[in-house]
Amino acid sequence: MIFDLAFIWAGLIAFAVLAYVILDGFDLGIGILFPFLKENHEKDLAMNTVAPVWDGNETWLVLGGGGLFAVFPLAYAVVMPALYAPIIAMLIGLIFRGVAFEYRWRTKRAQWFWNWAFFGGSTVAALAQGIALGALVQGIEVENRAYAGGNWDWLTPFSLLTGLAVVVGYALLGATWLLLKTEGAVNNHARRMAWPLAVVTLALIGAVSLWTPFIDIEYFNRWFNNWTMVFTFAVPLLVAGAAFVMFWGLKSGHDSWPFLSALAIFVLSFVGIGISFYPNIVPPSLTIWEAAAPDSSLWFVLVGAMVLIPLILMYTAYAYWVFRGKMDPDEGYH
Amino acid sequence: MFGIEALDLARFQFAFTVAFHIIFPAFSIGLASYLAVLNGLHLFTGKAVYLRVFQFWKKIFAVAFGMGVVSGIVMSYQFGTNWSVFSDKTGPILGPLMAYEVLSAFFLEAGFLGVMLFGREKVGPKLHFFATLMVAVGTLMSATWILSVNSWMQTPVGYAMNADGQFVPEDWWQIVFNPSFPYRLTHMVLAAFLTTALVVGATGAYHLLRDTANKTARLMFSMAMWMIVITAPLQITAGDFHGINTLEHQPAKVMAMEGHYDSHPDGAPLILFGIPNPDEKRVDYAVQIPKLSSLILKHDLNAPLDGLDTIDDDKEPPVTLVFFSFRVMVGLGFAMLALGIWGTVQRFRGRLYVSEWLQRAAIVMGPMGFVAVVAGWITTEVGRQPYTVYGLLTTAESASPLQASAVASSLVAFILVYFAVFGAGTYYILRLMVREPETAQGNLREGPIRTAGITPAPGVAQARQPAE
Ligand code: HDD
Ligand code: HEM
Ligand code: HEM
Repeated sequence: MIFDLAFIWAGLIAFAVLAYVILDGFDLGIGILFPFLKENHEKDLAMNTVAPVWDGNETWLVLGGGGLFAVFPLAYAVVMPALYAPIIAMLIGLIFRGVAFEYRWRTKRAQWFWNWAFFGGSTVAALAQGIALGALVQGIEVENRAYAGGNWDWLTPFSLLTGLAVVVGYALLGATWLLLKTEGAVNNHARRMAWPLAVVTLALIGAVSLWTPFIDIEYFNRWFNNWTMVFTFAVPLLVAGAAFVMFWGLKSGHDSWPFLSALAIFVLSFVGIGISFYPNIVPPSLTIWEAAAPDSSLWFVLVGAMVLIPLILMYTAYAYWVFRGKMDPDEGYH
Repeated sequence: MFGIEALDLARFQFAFTVAFHIIFPAFSIGLASYLAVLNGLHLFTGKAVYLRVFQFWKKIFAVAFGMGVVSGIVMSYQFGTNWSVFSDKTGPILGPLMAYEVLSAFFLEAGFLGVMLFGREKVGPKLHFFATLMVAVGTLMSATWILSVNSWMQTPVGYAMNADGQFVPEDWWQIVFNPSFPYRLTHMVLAAFLTTALVVGATGAYHLLRDTANKTARLMFSMAMWMIVITAPLQITAGDFHGINTLEHQPAKVMAMEGHYDSHPDGAPLILFGIPNPDEKRVDYAVQIPKLSSLILKHDLNAPLDGLDTIDDDKEPPVTLVFFSFRVMVGLGFAMLALGIWGTVQRFRGRLYVSEWLQRAAIVMGPMGFVAVVAGWITTEVGRQPYTVYGLLTTAESASPLQASAVASSLVAFILVYFAVFGAGTYYILRLMVREPETAQGNLREGPIRTAGITPAPGVAQARQPAE
């Protein structure tokens, strides 16, 4: 049976990870762009556009990790030690950029330091997430319900490429978000930054997509031999469509289309990765059914999730609604 | 490279990161509730002073909360990175509880935090109060779930084992409300309230010493002294019940706490102080009161109590650490009680705001809640060794198959980063605390946290004034 509890949960975890990637993606992106923003006006404004929401955005990461522990404990137990160094690097990056949101306003003398901490932390976190993704796509060695590889297995040219792709992609999300939330000179600056970022993001997505099928024959078959081949045409076509909207929006002075198409590009890439993975949760050998917790655990959390996730989406939407529209640079948040 | 070495490093890393983490929630659980109360009082009485105190602590809360979040994310991933076998085996039971924590607590806090910190003008006082309340509820929910997790590890029930060696749930009700959970939850939440009251009291006292007429400082000090005199005796009572519960489920831990190497068939003494001597299996220089331990634990002077001589050596927890940390916690508990009583006496003599020695004592006690919380957790966690799931899964069996070099690097990185980052944060918090409360209000019009950001210079310059 395909459509069972484990399958539903795989979908929910995928949803949490996707929500994390696009939400924290744009606020990490603001951090990545930080050195390119002007002192102090642009930096202040950019940080203020995400300050009220970043914590909620990051909570999706906790749900991704905590959810994995709850419903696919074996996958959690195998993946975390395998990706030890990138995960620790990500956590440390998140510490620096997370505290910078407050610390930066608490000191004048050391403000430059927390500016760099915000940039460095965001970049390291994004890079580590991309590397972790690449390492996962390449596959993880499992023996006797445990990780069986070494300390450095995650470090390969492919994982470095995915790491770079995620950094640039998040920066694109950040730039288009800034475009959405600001006016005047900052808006123009964001638009100028979005152009090259969009080009490079698309190029890197292309490179990763062309490389992936050659990593593992399974991936090759998935993309070129089965009925799933329809995706091989559909996904790139849709990405091309999104790219078109992006460039058109940037060119014709629209403020929201570029952000929406950047989101679409991320969603589509995510679908692409999902197609490569399924039905594994830890490629190449661990399926979602092998890693799933017993049904009683899956049921127990599912009941709560059915009630709580819609609630969460509602009040998250409310929080975004409260802080909607362009940032007024003179008013700021009280 | 496998084995004992990586295991010890991983244990040290876990203890280090969790001990740091608990400091922030202990403060933000209490402070969130305090802020909700202040916000509510302002809403219902309309008095400006409540809002002023609210604004004063709000900024401090923002910094402390941020540190709690980032150190907490480390915790939630560390189960997998360093304790993967534990994660695989206990995941079906503990994972769902933690997932509920994320869904019902972390999202609630994070979702309403932005509105609480920056949204007062946008949503109006009523919804702002609601947002503050939701943040407070979130912190309490978070404590509830995580303590259920921890308590299940201390007193596991409601499970079965499957063929893969995993613990699988049989009865969720029993799992969540496991035998030590109600005691641990009560004791921890009281600890958070007490810790916050001590910090608020110390801050109020500091400003009263400079200006006894300061209304804002008076309010803080008065509220804190009420809170301390109410919660300290409750906490001691809760601790007593907690200990009795532990005696029932984890007798070896109580033996270590009490320093009872030997069994006492007719009434065990209470060792007030001494130095455990693990090699000789006795407590040197012991100052003790005969039969009192039996009275406390069994409510009977002559009740027999077993000692560590009844436990296999390899199943004994390390006595010295447990013995001392327990005494630190209990000693501080009584010191807090004394402070609360002293404050009440001065209040009824009409000298609450002018008694300088009381205020100095309150300042000294300011950080002691944190010390007691960490000491309490060390007692709890070291006292359950050598197990992670009591009696069923040892700590040694729980660890990830990592090389010592990897764990050593991450440990060094965490130590450096934590001291630097959380040291800076503590410094900023202290600076916010010593800023005069009235000034804080003046600051607010230009905007403190974020607004300072738009034109940061004036806000920051003012924030720094008292430090210079
Ligand atoms: C402000 C903090 C604070 C204060 C003043 C006290 N405690 Fe405590 N204690 C804690 C904060 C704490 C804690 C951090 O919250 C612990 C750690 C785990 C837990 O559930 O609570 C704890 C654990 C803990 C345990 C271990 C239970 C177990 O692991 O099975 C016992 C027996 C006591 N406490 C007893 C006491 C007594 C008799 C106190 C009276 C003076 C006392 N505590 C004061
Ligand atoms: C937050 C306050 C806490 C503190 C200060 C604390 C402290 C400690 C300490 C000192 C140890 C080491 C014991 C030893 O190795 O001798 C330990 C172990 C452990 N604790 Fe806690 N703990 C806390 C809360 C928790 C919670 C809430 C959980 C579970 C959800 C937990 C899970 C564990 C586990 C799995 C270990 C075993 C690994 C090890 O021995 O290091 N702890 N803790
Ligand atoms: C080892 C066990 C623990 C883990 C895995 C853990 C995990 C986490 C995580 C992931 C966060 C960030 C949530 C966010 O993104 O908003 C967090 C924050 C928090 N944790 Fe923990 N935690 C642990 C121990 C504790 C304990 C013992 C308590 C309290 C009794 C506690 C109470 C809180 C609270 C109230 C917060 C909100 C942030 C704050 O108040 O500073 N946690 N924790």
